[in-house]
Amino acid sequence: MSRWLPIADLAAKVQTGQLKAVDLVERALKTIEDKKEYDAIISIISERSRERAAAIDAAAAKGEDVGRLAGVPFIAKDNYLVFGAETTAASNMLRGFTAPYQSTVVEKLEAEGAICVAKANLDAFAHGGSTENSDFFVTKHPMDKTRVPGGSSGGSAAAVMLDMAPFALGTDTGGSIRQPASFVGAVAYKPTYGLMSRSGVVAMASSTDVMGPITRTVEDAALVVDVMAGRDPLDSTTIERNPKGYANASSSLKGKTFGLITEWMGEGVDPAVKNKIEEAAKKLQAAGAKVTRISLPSLPLALAVYYIIVPAELSSNLARHDGQRYPFASEEGRDLNGSYGKSRGIGFGKEAKRRIMIGTYVLSSGYYDAYYRKAQTVRTKLINEFNEAFAKVDFLIGPTAPTTAFKIGENANDPLKMYLADVMTVAASLAGIPAVVVPTGLASDGLPVGLQIMGVQRSDRELLGVAQAAEEVLV
Amino acid sequence: MTQLTRDDVLKLAQLARLDITEDEIALYQKELSTILQYVEQVQKADVAGLKPTTQVTGLTNVMRDDTVADYGVSPDELLRQAPNVQDRHIKVKRMIT
Repeated sequence: MSRWLPIADLAAKVQTGQLKAVDLVERALKTIEDKKEYDAIISIISERSRERAAAIDAAAAKGEDVGRLAGVPFIAKDNYLVFGAETTAASNMLRGFTAPYQSTVVEKLEAEGAICVAKANLDAFAHGGSTENSDFFVTKHPMDKTRVPGGSSGGSAAAVMLDMAPFALGTDTGGSIRQPASFVGAVAYKPTYGLMSRSGVVAMASSTDVMGPITRTVEDAALVVDVMAGRDPLDSTTIERNPKGYANASSSLKGKTFGLITEWMGEGVDPAVKNKIEEAAKKLQAAGAKVTRISLPSLPLALAVYYIIVPAELSSNLARHDGQRYPFASEEGRDLNGSYGKSRGIGFGKEAKRRIMIGTYVLSSGYYDAYYRKAQTVRTKLINEFNEAFAKVDFLIGPTAPTTAFKIGENANDPLKMYLADVMTVAASLAGIPAVVVPTGLASDGLPVGLQIMGVQRSDRELLGVAQAAEEVLV
Repeated sequence: MTQLTRDDVLKLAQLARLDITEDEIALYQKELSTILQYVEQVQKADVAGLKPTTQVTGLTNVMRDDTVADYGVSPDELLRQAPNVQDRHIKVKRMIT
């Protein structure tokens, strides 16, 4: 199956009747079926998709405005609440949960005519970097079935590269959109914290959770971001959108300054990755940008900060899964407390339990100051260093992950080693700054590497613009 | 260097309302200790004069009118998700034993 047209073209052709939304939906559903051996998808939304597509075609035939994403199929990570399928977050705990309402961003995409055709696999509750923590199955890398597609939005990233749909939604708490995009060679966009509503998405860590798209091109990502972004009364942490929007922001690299982060180009980084990033920096320079080396001395602490704050927050957010409100419940337990313990002990997978206990530990009386409060303070230090860096350069660049896609099972028995896959993505999450991943092509080991570009908070339009210009010279 | 004991793990599991198996106790004793030893490096950071960050974009209280709004979801639909419902209430096991 060939690539999809650019999203804006698809929607324009559906509007004029040159393409039918029903055909786009059938094509997506067929591709999903043809490529099911990659285990990218948890559930398929066929009936509702076909109905919506037919309605869009009928409206277009009458000359009605059918939206900027008219008839464009997309795939949502299975932690987005969407009508027409269960929302499981790839967990046994949420099996059987049918969303009684939809997430705000899905509502916004649907209002512009987009059609959610399927739900993608993830690490259960978005805890992980490989989809190996899914309670159901492991998604395979589109280029090599013995490797992981990254995670936690691994199903979404694989689905895009397998051409199941022109775009997929992921969630990013510490790199879960960016790292899989780097592993499979896709574009990923992690917005400024609060740019997109979290309402109706299964919460992980509320101070860093963001929503965002995975696509083949920056142009497609920018259009989807433009539709998703903005204030939502249902999420009081959301921020105002840029009045200019986020689409069609392409800018020139000439005169732009980039800081290549030295802490991410040293030990512990795969030479194949380093070479591609050096090469990318040279290409940006050749296109007229200025690239300097820049140091953020507290960056080596970011992962430790992250693995205190995030388990703390998620241990609180996951408290609602108690065997009483959502479908999964253990019959065992002789009283309410017993029912909580049994339901949670059985319903949560190993990684969720590990993180809940770490979170419980760092928040518990006697340890709170030494862990949680200290981590929140080091977070301030890190944010200050980012601000100092952005006073010197327009954007920061570096790898997205220290390696290319690893083998299935390679890190499975060593949780700390698995956490290290997040070492270059967690910093932007802690600082709430936007970050984009742009493919740089294949490394010497034959696997994709994505360049991570970060901007100051609320620079999403400028970041997408420069990413589009970078994409032209990098790929 | 934090080294969790078996009792520490049992206490954490009890606080978090997680019934874990004997195998899990042994596994988590080892794994959680390793993770805590890694994250403890934050304790050495010099943060003199800095305050903790809890909100990154600088928003403070976001107010709205205290009025009833229709979100298009009925209580019955929400209750349908619960495993045990009686007379429009979620039914749980006894609390006092």
